[in-house]
Amino acid sequence: MYPPEMQESVDNVIATREQRLKESYPVLSAEEKATLLQGFHPDSIAGGMRELQIGPNKGERTPNELADLLEGNSRIDPDIIDLDMVDYDVDVLVIGGGGGGAAAALLAQENDASVMLVTKLRLGDANTVGAEGGTQAATKPQDSPAIHYLDAMGGGGFTNIPALVDALVHDAPGVIHWLESLGMMWGKEPDGTLLTESGGGTSRKRMHSARDYTGLEAMRVLRDEVRNRGIDVLEFAPVVELVMDEEGQVAGAVIINFETDEMVLVRAKAIILATGGGGRLHYQGFPTTNHYGATADGLVIAYRVGAKLIFMDTMQYHPTGVAYPEQIVGQLVTEKVRGLGAQLVNSDGEQFIFPLETRDAVASSIIRECKERGKGLTTPTGQLGVWLDSPMIDMLRGPGTIARELPAMVRQFQRFGIDMSKEPVLTYPTLHYQNGGILIDDQGRTTIPNLFAAGEVEGGVHGRNRLMGNSTLDIFVFGRRAGKAAAERARETKPGKLTLEHVRQWQRQLKEAGLEERPRSPILIPDYTRHGRIASLSGSFASGLE
Amino acid sequence: MSQKATIQKLIDIYIMGKRYQVPQGLTIQDALEYAGYQLIRGVGCRSGFCGACGTIYRIKGDPQLKYALACQTVVEPDMYLTQIPFFPTEKAIYDIEELDPSGEQVLQLYPVLLTCMGCNSCTKSCPQDLEVMEYVADAIRGNIAGVAEKSFDCVMCGLCSARCPAGLSQPNIALLCRRLYGRHIAPRAEHLAQRVAEVESGKFDDELKALMGMPEDELRRRYGERDIES
Repeated sequence: MYPPEMQESVDNVIATREQRLKESYPVLSAEEKATLLQGFHPDSIAGGMRELQIGPNKGERTPNELADLLEGNSRIDPDIIDLDMVDYDVDVLVIGGGGGGAAAALLAQENDASVMLVTKLRLGDANTVGAEGGTQAATKPQDSPAIHYLDAMGGGGFTNIPALVDALVHDAPGVIHWLESLGMMWGKEPDGTLLTESGGGTSRKRMHSARDYTGLEAMRVLRDEVRNRGIDVLEFAPVVELVMDEEGQVAGAVIINFETDEMVLVRAKAIILATGGGGRLHYQGFPTTNHYGATADGLVIAYRVGAKLIFMDTMQYHPTGVAYPEQIVGQLVTEKVRGLGAQLVNSDGEQFIFPLETRDAVASSIIRECKERGKGLTTPTGQLGVWLDSPMIDMLRGPGTIARELPAMVRQFQRFGIDMSKEPVLTYPTLHYQNGGILIDDQGRTTIPNLFAAGEVEGGVHGRNRLMGNSTLDIFVFGRRAGKAAAERARETKPGKLTLEHVRQWQRQLKEAGLEERPRSPILIPDYTRHGRIASLSGSFASGLE
Repeated sequence: MSQKATIQKLIDIYIMGKRYQVPQGLTIQDALEYAGYQLIRGVGCRSGFCGACGTIYRIKGDPQLKYALACQTVVEPDMYLTQIPFFPTEKAIYDIEELDPSGEQVLQLYPVLLTCMGCNSCTKSCPQDLEVMEYVADAIRGNIAGVAEKSFDCVMCGLCSARCPAGLSQPNIALLCRRLYGRHIAPRAEHLAQRVAEVESGKFDDELKALMGMPEDELRRRYGERDIES
């Protein structure tokens, strides 16, 4: 049930529905799309970004909030850390406990490495579990890795790194098969044929899902597998700085016990960063779909050892974040809702965009509809939004489709008294994904020896805009590749003496650039307390940490 | 956050017995933060998927315990709440590949199932409204497909285990059954195995290599002309 002031607009949506069921909104031409993005995508807003002043990406633009942290002060004092006091000594250290980290840990272990996985919160606390819509892979006869390649390149504006897209689409069927073999319950026909749907920007029905709990289902299985295989997992253990050796290779990590503030030093022959993105930095004040821990820690610590980043001036805003009710503003309404047939309509009940354009275009069109054309609806608390006409799905595909295919979405709205099988839901773009990240090659290697990266923390795979379903694919493709490559690297590398000289150098650079006032980073968690206590962690670290 | 600023009327809630005044309309999670907690435990995806924020509460004057995910539930006046961010549960260790998808197998790994006394506390405590006791009964009867279906939406918050007088770890038992179902009972996707074999044989390599080396304008042309499956 919507309040009376919103119900009038709901009635407009109902009034036009019958006619809209017969209509399809025209697809944007390349020129129309370019104009739309330039005019209304948040990335194009002047003042939202600035140039980095130090580090490997000096002179390149990135959101102000992220620039502050990339140029941040280290949380540690190298002079009072004893690098001879090693607490753990492993072949491969995996940092991050989402889908990418779990996949990397499993593959590194399968390739005979001793593996430790450390994660800031719990194993499985990651954006992976919130991934609802599905995973792309060309598994059907009418599809091929080449068509998948073309879709991904087009979605990314042809800026993607070809070798990374090649790896992505080549390994995709194998990833679906790997997860099936581990017992993941992919949606299937009674004869075992995988159910596949369209996604924004896909030219084939290539989206494999597990209802709308796709990422959660994958994560539950992989977490169980990590535990069954006895991989050493350290939870509530965020990394605050990487350690190098005197050969200029990455060789360890400074970790804190998040609950006791004890410092933990890990030495490793190879390190895989799988720390995810930075939605909790709320670029330009946007709400986010991201996990609480998505604070760009991995980018910060990689940047400080000199790893090159790529495409840090492009973020993905998911077109359909919740705009009402207030309590769940910014949470995700999966693209699968559009994949199943729901249209986007304005407050008058009119369509304004083909619902399966790429995300950058759909998000921009919603912003234009609300901000320029004044055809958005304003909620009682002042949120703007447009309608996602979910009841169309059951009309197009038969009663019960919504309940069966979208149980998480139904539950999310039902908790606040809205029945999405009978009522449309109000949506507005929400900060969703970091398109860029640490530059990698097709084996997950970064520009720094012995440092690998997998998943949202890396960049280049998706160019300037990721397609739906290519992220839950990316984490597994590059998690697996990095896991294997790191295990192999661990066998051949000759580690030198540990050093934190790079931290001293970094602090000198900050001083020379006049940036001593930058905050300490990584921030590890956002501060949502009423008083906004900036001293979230500082002052409470054990000796060795400031 | 800014969008929360418009909610102003204050109500009393009790966090682990201590009274705080918070604006009505906040979720329990937002209320904890409003009260000053910068959470490390009991917080995760903030969208109802990760199961980190299982919460038990009671309203003053009502003896009935209630159960919620803190991120998906709005505070009520005189709510007494505590979070259960972790609960010690048993997890069997196994190689899923080697297992037999049978009731005997499940009972062998989780013999504690037979101590279920049918009290239904698990079902009452599920914030996802799952029929937990029913799937436990299915597990005891060896109906693995039934467990897989009924437990599918489990976020593994562990509130059921916290309330179970028999000490069952319902989320882990259900996880075992789902994996048994997915690995051994659900029909395998034949087209998938076939496609994987094609990929491994190098069938698509030449075509991909050609695309990788293709000039951008040619790629753009192909992209613009590609047909869309409907």
